[in-house]
Amino acid sequence: MLMLSCPWCGPRSEEEYACGGEGHIVRPVNSAAMDDAAWGDYVFMRSNQKGVFFERWRHAHGCGRWFNLARDTLSHEILAVYRVGDDKPELPG
Amino acid sequence: MANYSILALARNALRRHRHWPEAWRSPKPKPSYDAIIVGGGGHGLATAYYLAKRHGMHDIAVLEKGWIGGGNTGRNTTIVRSNYLHPESAAIYDHALKLWEGLSQELNFNVMFSPRGVINLAHDPGEERELRRRIYANQLAGVDAEWVGPNQLAELCPILNLDPNIRYPVVGGTLQRRAGVARHDAVAWGYARGADRQGVDIIQNCEVTGFDIRAGRMEGVQTSFGDIRAPLIGVVAAGHSTHLAAMAGIRLPLDSHPLQALVSEPIKPVMPTVVMSNKVHAYMSQSDKGELVIGAGIDPYNSYAQRGSLPVIEETIRAVVELFPITSRLKMMRQWAGIVDICPDASPIISNTPVEGLYFNCGWGTGGFKATPGSGHLFAHTLAKREPHPINAPFSLERFYSGALVAEHGAAAVAH
Repeated sequence: MLMLSCPWCGPRSEEEYACGGEGHIVRPVNSAAMDDAAWGDYVFMRSNQKGVFFERWRHAHGCGRWFNLARDTLSHEILAVYRVGDDKPELPG
Repeated sequence: MANYSILALARNALRRHRHWPEAWRSPKPKPSYDAIIVGGGGHGLATAYYLAKRHGMHDIAVLEKGWIGGGNTGRNTTIVRSNYLHPESAAIYDHALKLWEGLSQELNFNVMFSPRGVINLAHDPGEERELRRRIYANQLAGVDAEWVGPNQLAELCPILNLDPNIRYPVVGGTLQRRAGVARHDAVAWGYARGADRQGVDIIQNCEVTGFDIRAGRMEGVQTSFGDIRAPLIGVVAAGHSTHLAAMAGIRLPLDSHPLQALVSEPIKPVMPTVVMSNKVHAYMSQSDKGELVIGAGIDPYNSYAQRGSLPVIEETIRAVVELFPITSRLKMMRQWAGIVDICPDASPIISNTPVEGLYFNCGWGTGGFKATPGSGHLFAHTLAKREPHPINAPFSLERFYSGALVAEHGAAAVAH
């Protein structure tokens, strides 16, 4: 069971949150020029990282706000919590 | 190697069961093979078995990182059914179901396939309409399906709570009589023994750490036992598929999640069939040992740790206690999780890749066990002919670029 720290509300149990999946997938700007391969990659392909994974969460049963998390998908260790729009944080090691 | 039979059993009983031959060898890997299967679960072993048996390819190795059948093959709730909505899915899962029906004879190994029927419950008129639509679709696709009302449900499963005043009252359900359960470990062991008898090398504790690809063509794998050369590689690695694909520079549309299940203490037979409910996220059957086998939905976040978190099974247990009130005082003995590879359209991928000679069989998500024989059979065909069988042609990786998805969330997202 995870204890996640909402940047606005502090540490709460995972039951209060909704997981939004992989983060930092940016919608392409030049969509009119994209071919099927580029669209397929953007819409469906995922990094599904084993190890450090950057993902989006929403404090659904709290403040309702989105934030980002760096989490190890093998150990479930939470490595960083940061706001939507921030770059991926530098992680030690 | 001797066939299993009543005579062999009697003969070995007289010798106090000390001289049974080993069911499969534990060979050292050879420097090269005609084909390598990465992943020694049910699907991988079945692939090797059918490659050897049906396509005459005997120079094959199955490489397994842990022990055979120790991943999702040993972690599911053993349900086998084929009542999917779309014709493509009905075809692939019913292909598997037909193979299940003769599998013990085919393998000379009792996989304990028990077609005791699977019921999918409806809890409101909207769900009833949806499930009736699925019945009609199944019947058009040649899959047996029928509607059962509350009176019939009471006969089919006497412990089911049919009180109209519960939070999610049962209004009826679908029944597939040919569906049921099978002994999960026996499926891995039966295919392993069958493949081994065809000359397939099954190599356990052998992790693949990289691929040798030259000019877009597969040449071999790097493993914890050294390099092994092969021009044809089939990867059947469930939750670890993305991780292996990345080693070949390929991206897959998968997310790996834990899927949990749990079993109760063994009790006398109370549950003659399998009951599933998508609405309340629960499904239950009774094993031959007497344990009630209960399955949950996936944990909501990506994970490669083979353990799940408590809120998910709490929700499932809440639903099970309401649907089957006799379970309220049962002790749960074991709980576990397998890492499943969820596809965006809840349908599998059996496909070639941009690398010549590299094929993937993945994306079975929460419902792979039921497909084991069909998946192996079709993947073996795809590998041997280097082109898909008509049944698995719609399940290519290409569909995520063309848009021709096989959207099965209604039939597959929760209950497997």
